[in-house]
Amino acid sequence: MLREKRASDIEKTLAKYPSKRSAVMPLLYMAQEEYGYCDDNAIREVAEILELDPTEVKSIVGFYTMFYEEPTGRYVIDVCDDLPCALRGADEFVAHCERKLGIKVGETTPDGKFTLRTVMCIAACDRAPVAQLNTEYRYSLTPESFDRMIDELKEQDKL
Amino acid sequence: MDKHVLLRDLDVPNIRELAVYEANDGYAAWRKALTTMKPEEVIAVVKDSGLRGRGGAGFPAGVKWSFIPKDIFPKYVVVNGDESEAGTFKDHQLLDNNPHQVIEGTALCAYAVQANTAYIYLRGEFLEPSRTLQKAIDEAYAAGLLGKNILGTGFNLDIHIHLGAGAYICGEETALLSSLEGYLGQPRLRPPFPAVQGLYAKPTVINNVETLANVPPIVLHGAQWYRQFGTEKSPGTKIFCVSGRVNKPGNYELPLGKYTIRELIDMAGGTIDNRPVKGVLPAGSSAPILPASALDTKLDYESMQAAGSLLGSASFVILDDTVDIVWAARKMVRFFKHESCGKCTPCREGTHWALALYDKIIEGRGTARDVEMLGEVANSMAGKCFCLLGEFATSPILSTLKHFRPEYERWVTRAQA
Ligand SMILES: Cc1cc2nc3c(=O)[nH]c(=O)nc-3n(C[C@H](O)[C@H](O)[C@H](O)COP(=O)(O)O)c2cc1C
Ligand code: SF4
Ligand code: FES
Repeated sequence: MLREKRASDIEKTLAKYPSKRSAVMPLLYMAQEEYGYCDDNAIREVAEILELDPTEVKSIVGFYTMFYEEPTGRYVIDVCDDLPCALRGADEFVAHCERKLGIKVGETTPDGKFTLRTVMCIAACDRAPVAQLNTEYRYSLTPESFDRMIDELKEQDKL
Repeated sequence: MDKHVLLRDLDVPNIRELAVYEANDGYAAWRKALTTMKPEEVIAVVKDSGLRGRGGAGFPAGVKWSFIPKDIFPKYVVVNGDESEAGTFKDHQLLDNNPHQVIEGTALCAYAVQANTAYIYLRGEFLEPSRTLQKAIDEAYAAGLLGKNILGTGFNLDIHIHLGAGAYICGEETALLSSLEGYLGQPRLRPPFPAVQGLYAKPTVINNVETLANVPPIVLHGAQWYRQFGTEKSPGTKIFCVSGRVNKPGNYELPLGKYTIRELIDMAGGTIDNRPVKGVLPAGSSAPILPASALDTKLDYESMQAAGSLLGSASFVILDDTVDIVWAARKMVRFFKHESCGKCTPCREGTHWALALYDKIIEGRGTARDVEMLGEVANSMAGKCFCLLGEFATSPILSTLKHFRPEYERWVTRAQA
């Protein structure tokens, strides 16, 4: 249970705001860290802690792109293909990622390791092509550095 | 510029560390304000400086602060670090590399309006910058620069970071407040304006990250010093984000009104392979595209407006002659369709239909009628949307139709053939 597992984080978060409701996004992030995504159970827990209606919490999960409603791969790769990045080859880069991973944008590899998504501008257009690997920025990517990143992650998981 | 006012990380290595920041005038303005200035005096110097909001609208910061009622408590300062306009990455650099200047500016604003709590709202993707910023906040607390009874003056201030979760609309100030309160991040009706009823229905100042980063040097050196940069109506320096088809994309801090778009492109290393510029988006996807004939426009609020666009957040996306305008416009419309919050019909439906028309044209099935319809869809949105996002969405459509209509016609005649 989130309430027990993250008790001190929850307490610290609630202390930041005069209203419990304001903690809904931070708590959803905690739930997502614990469970991987925000399923109905996670939503119910967050709603209970904050004394909110679960349907309201669910609508918040649905509103934002960074809360996952479904399980994802272990590594979520968000590649930006918005205009400024696309002017520097992002579309071709995304096509390369698809080939390397053997999946299409929006899909997860059959081994459950990698989810590939495209995202709108992530405020790093000066270092395109750019992606986030589970919220870590990876700047100035090339097909080669992308392949290396994927191979290293696969290696690392074998250990 | 010999020395940067904002991107000081380019002049001073490791300025993100408190000791280095303090050794370079850091928190001197904060000490000066707390120990020698009344809150009204801080508002006055910011007003006199003419500093205009850097988040897009360019509203004078000091004037905004003076709207905060004196007799209602608590009050809040909210820092807008949602930075989601395509082509904008200046707040990102400030947060990563010069976080104390953002904190000091936030603190000065809080003192000026007598707020004891500030929230810095960062887009969710800024988890890494948020850690840098949190570390800087922790350092400032430990040094007695934040918290209770700061520098023995009796003034208290807490600064908290709040992370968004991926929604461009949360950069719109009323949507941001809703999101911070834990509601859906959708815009609210104004009035009441945030200055009167903002966060938790209390008086609230909302300013952009870059706006507040300007405040410490203004308070330290004075309004006249600040006004040596820029023009009468656009004082100070501004960070210009340059992206797209240039050799050295990046942030360039320049005095407003001194240089032209052409010179900015030169500073950014010129275009790739020296290709001719076809068009420039001065404010990402949100303001009209300017054709190459506007390259000699000066970089300030009033000149950009006179040229038929807006300076906005100064995110200059450069398109050269290799770029297909219809393709570029489709990318921008896709952005707005994705980011429409769905609250009102003209925006939700309009962006949907506009994207469908672009897809049809780009898939080679478009007709002259479809091009007409694009203009009609955009015009049916203009002036009818609940917030400015819907208005922004019409700008890539209408401005590319205006300046580059033959490119649309080529697509549809090719399709007919
Ligand atoms: C759709 C939309 C998106 C916006 N996004 C941002 C943003 O990401 N960052 C920002 O500072 N202001 C953004 N703004 C402007 C804010 O509403 C507001 O004007 C600004 O935070 C005020 O701060 P300033 O006066 O310091 O610029 C946006 C406005 C609209 C309509
Ligand atoms: S104009 Fe678009 S973003 Fe703004 S409220 Fe309406 S649907 Fe939402
Ligand atoms: S367009 Fe990709 S980071 Fe801005």
